[in-house]
Amino acid sequence: MKTVEVRALVKTFDGHLRKRRGKADTVRALDGVDLAAGPGEYLVLLGPSGCGKTTLLRTIAGLERPTEGEVLIDGQVVNGLPPRVRQIAMVFQSYALYPHKTVMDNIVFPLRAEKAPKETRERKARWAAGLLEIEPLLGRKPRQLSGGERQRVALARALVRDPAVFLLDEPLSNLDAKMRATARDELKRFQQQIGTTTIYVTHDQAEAMGLGDRIAVLERGRVRQVGTPVEVYDDPADTFVATFIGSPPMNLVRRGDRLVGFRPEHLLPAESVPQDARITMTLQVERMEYLSGDRHVYGTVTGLGDATRVIARLPATLDTPITPGEPHEFAVPAGRLRFFDADAGTRAPAVPIGDR
Amino acid sequence: MSARRAGLADRDGFLAWVMLLPSVIYILALVGVPFLLAVAFAFSDVTTGDPSYDFVGFGNFTAVFDDGVFWRSLWNTLLFTGCSMVLIVVFGKILANLLIADFHGKWLVRFLILLPWTTPVALSTISWLWFLDSIYSPVDWTLRHLGLIDQNVVWLGDPNTAMLSVILVQTWRLTPLAAVIVMAGLVAIPRDIDEAARIDGAGFWRRMFEVTIPLSLPVIAVAALFGAIMTFTDMTVSYVLTRGGPTHATDVLASWAYFRGIEGGDVGQGAAIALFLFPILLAGVVAILRAVRRLEAR
Repeated sequence: MKTVEVRALVKTFDGHLRKRRGKADTVRALDGVDLAAGPGEYLVLLGPSGCGKTTLLRTIAGLERPTEGEVLIDGQVVNGLPPRVRQIAMVFQSYALYPHKTVMDNIVFPLRAEKAPKETRERKARWAAGLLEIEPLLGRKPRQLSGGERQRVALARALVRDPAVFLLDEPLSNLDAKMRATARDELKRFQQQIGTTTIYVTHDQAEAMGLGDRIAVLERGRVRQVGTPVEVYDDPADTFVATFIGSPPMNLVRRGDRLVGFRPEHLLPAESVPQDARITMTLQVERMEYLSGDRHVYGTVTGLGDATRVIARLPATLDTPITPGEPHEFAVPAGRLRFFDADAGTRAPAVPIGDR
Repeated sequence: MSARRAGLADRDGFLAWVMLLPSVIYILALVGVPFLLAVAFAFSDVTTGDPSYDFVGFGNFTAVFDDGVFWRSLWNTLLFTGCSMVLIVVFGKILANLLIADFHGKWLVRFLILLPWTTPVALSTISWLWFLDSIYSPVDWTLRHLGLIDQNVVWLGDPNTAMLSVILVQTWRLTPLAAVIVMAGLVAIPRDIDEAARIDGAGFWRRMFEVTIPLSLPVIAVAALFGAIMTFTDMTVSYVLTRGGPTHATDVLASWAYFRGIEGGDVGQGAAIALFLFPILLAGVVAILRAVRRLEAR
């Protein structure tokens, strides 16, 4: 089990076309990233597309050279080193299996590259294939496999060389929705079994929440927050994390120089929130959606701050009658409120909200 | 109402014919008719002095087969084609790697790589004639000053070096074409696969021989096919460089057909020799296309 760390990592790409016209146009894909994955940790990089998460992964792998900063694997700076000496294994979004080789040849390829003796290769390949339950497929070519089987082959290929780190780049995004849930479960159990430090890139928050020991939320080349799934969800560091994570996202209501945030599932009809510490507000109900048992209530709140459109998520167990077009008293437990600076978007100290 | 009816331009079948017609006519007029004429001439006693047509059966073929020069030029053609094809593919692959590489000033290198292909054959071959001249050759001059040879190699005067020269000039001329074709194949390989191989610990040579070449093999075969056909039917290089000499050492079927049929005036025999290219070419094309299909089906 090894650690992986990046320090003050910056990666810029320059746009060739614009440069010729005299306008230097560089994109800062990574803008000063500090991040560390502990031994055996499952770290998930989460962010919208274009946030730099894949660039970060590729820089750790050695496929991209950092413009500034350092990459450390097991405490060693590996900046100038090519991928093959970094002892990493990577599963690509496309799986990148060698189409002309059989599954067996795909799996032993990394071992042949490190010139392992034939019997070792054979043994390790069988072991990896057994672990991932793909032994019957060893003689096939990649194009004869389904998406899920390809993903397992890619994992087996990554697994055989006892890597210091596993790098996974959206390995589930090519699977259909049904397969994804099972594959996610398998991935997690598999990592617990082998205990290798893993860095996993995804834009899917459900995957991030389900898989990660910790989640690093990235946006525009910067780390916005690193924390366990519970911390990231319950205590977002800023309004970006608050609105990026959660579906529907956190409601933000402006009140003076603060934004008051609360999750849709905490905004409930006043009668079902204990009276002792709650903040009540009037919700002008506009529309309702009925989604897998839950009721999503869309409406405008007044009384807390500026009138704002919010969403409330009422669990299936709550059958308070709500009518669209009519106002209804709603409340949030006081401890569930989060405060952000209205201009900077960062967390700010709580302000007292007068209760009635 | 009439505006609503489908016009001629809406009928795909009709349109397809109209669009294809010019090229069909072009091919029939400039390839089909000459080919049939060649077949007809091969069985006749037509000469440039006496264009009247008399059927002579296989007479021309027996005469051609009895001539040692024919067998010599057939062997030369095979040697010329085989060697050139191998060299064209090998150098084409190397140059293709250069074409896709990203570095400063790559436009200049690309331009230089493609230059031999864009220069007219006759012109570039004449430059080579000077390069390989028995007295003024800059190649010899360089080699002499490097101390590699004592006196000028008479490149085009000796049968062996003459053949070598013809092969090298042909290779020089066709390599850019092969490079561009192979480049298309290399570009089509997903970048992920090369990166996966890097991560899996494969070095340059292992990636080249185990990943890149197997994946671009169909395209390499196409490059080889083009190289072979364009060499097999070519007479320009040996005609300009050596006129088929010394003593038929660099005569190929195409040039020998030309010398016999046009310069020698025996159109019938010339056609018979030229016709000999056809079955060999056909067999070669079928073999390579089959190989390509097998590779693609994998």
